[in-house]
Amino acid sequence: MTQIHFTVNGESKALEAPPMKRLLDVLREDLHLTGAKEGCGEGECGSCSVLMNGDLVNSCLVPILQAEGAQITTIEGVAITEQLHPIQQCFLENGGAQCGICTPGMILATHHLLKKYKDPSLLQIQEGLSGNLCRCTGYIRIFNAVQAAALAGVAE
Amino acid sequence: MRSNITQYELVAPKSLDAILQILADSPDRYTPIAGGTELMVALGAGRLQQKKLISLWNLGELRFFEVTPDAVHIGAGATFTDIRNHPVITSELSLLSQAASWTGSIANQNRGTLGGNIVNGSPAADSPPALLAYDATVTLVSTRGSRTIPYRSFHLSYKKTVLAPDELLHSITLPRNLIGYKTYIRKVGTRNAQAISKVAIAAIARTKHGAIESIRIGAASLRETPARLIATEQSLLNQTVTPATIAAARSALLSETLPIDDIRSTAKYRAAVAANLLEEFLHTL
Repeated sequence: MTQIHFTVNGESKALEAPPMKRLLDVLREDLHLTGAKEGCGEGECGSCSVLMNGDLVNSCLVPILQAEGAQITTIEGVAITEQLHPIQQCFLENGGAQCGICTPGMILATHHLLKKYKDPSLLQIQEGLSGNLCRCTGYIRIFNAVQAAALAGVAE
Repeated sequence: MRSNITQYELVAPKSLDAILQILADSPDRYTPIAGGTELMVALGAGRLQQKKLISLWNLGELRFFEVTPDAVHIGAGATFTDIRNHPVITSELSLLSQAASWTGSIANQNRGTLGGNIVNGSPAADSPPALLAYDATVTLVSTRGSRTIPYRSFHLSYKKTVLAPDELLHSITLPRNLIGYKTYIRKVGTRNAQAISKVAIAAIARTKHGAIESIRIGAASLRETPARLIATEQSLLNQTVTPATIAAARSALLSETLPIDDIRSTAKYRAAVAANLLEEFLHTL
């Protein structure tokens, strides 16, 4: 077991964990943050996406020791108050979420994308979300939601 | 089946010297892990054999770029995102930034490293064809010192490399003097992102008075390791591009490659597409 200190959604956390335990499992089992989902468990589906020091990562592929000292943002930390984040609101209004399994990852990938490109082209949106698989929407409504979020100027 | 996570050890020393010392001292050697995009997949699937790992992630001494007038030195710990963001690589060595752009997804590019892509030794890896076309050299370090060798002699056989148990890949060097070269890279897979290549070719060539005076071709998924296609290059040297030289080059390519049937494609498809990719490049010269 190793002592881990890191920041999750702005709160500093200290816990003991086996150093190779996946960040995804620490979030879900130790911190009870179940927004990040396990889909494939091999970095292909993106349903476990979180931000680590501002970068989009698959939390199923991060050993917790490598998150030591890191700033992690999960879907639970995107809406700071009771109000939805504008990206979430855009997904809701555009039908960008159906069953919801991929949605936390899609929102975080969108967050990361809009930080890089304030006004992304469709191609940039498709690339930015290429690691996030959705089996419900057919993606068009998701792309619409991202474009709406870009129009709303949600980038920080 | 899930792995029993408690049986794995992971250490994260803060300096390259400390890491090399552990590799030198430990009789049951440690396996380096950088961004985890390969080894963590094995862990999740319950098939990670290595029980002692040593983290190289985000170590400043391995995550760097150094640009000199003649070369770009890339630290083995540079991520694919780092490579895509580097102005000299995107402008002068764009085969590598192209390859980085279709490696996995954005999340994988934020974690996967150039060194990991090389050392993992997959014949289908995305960056090696570009590195072979650029005639990269690799620098290996241990407590015994460092050595620099051509990347084309780094892979010995399937997943076997020249790295000694106590050695680490430190950096990759790409020469910059590429004035007048035409370049080419293409990956054929089920989709660009998130798909392992069925076959990929990267090449650079320069012509003088219509004849090819210099050419280098790197390939993925055509042999048991990433491969320079030396016989194909030889067949084209000092030749002009004609139907006859194209035919000779296609048959040289087929003679020096040994693609396989697997879940992603067939040997027959790989051979035919590889020859077509080569021909597509030759038509641009």
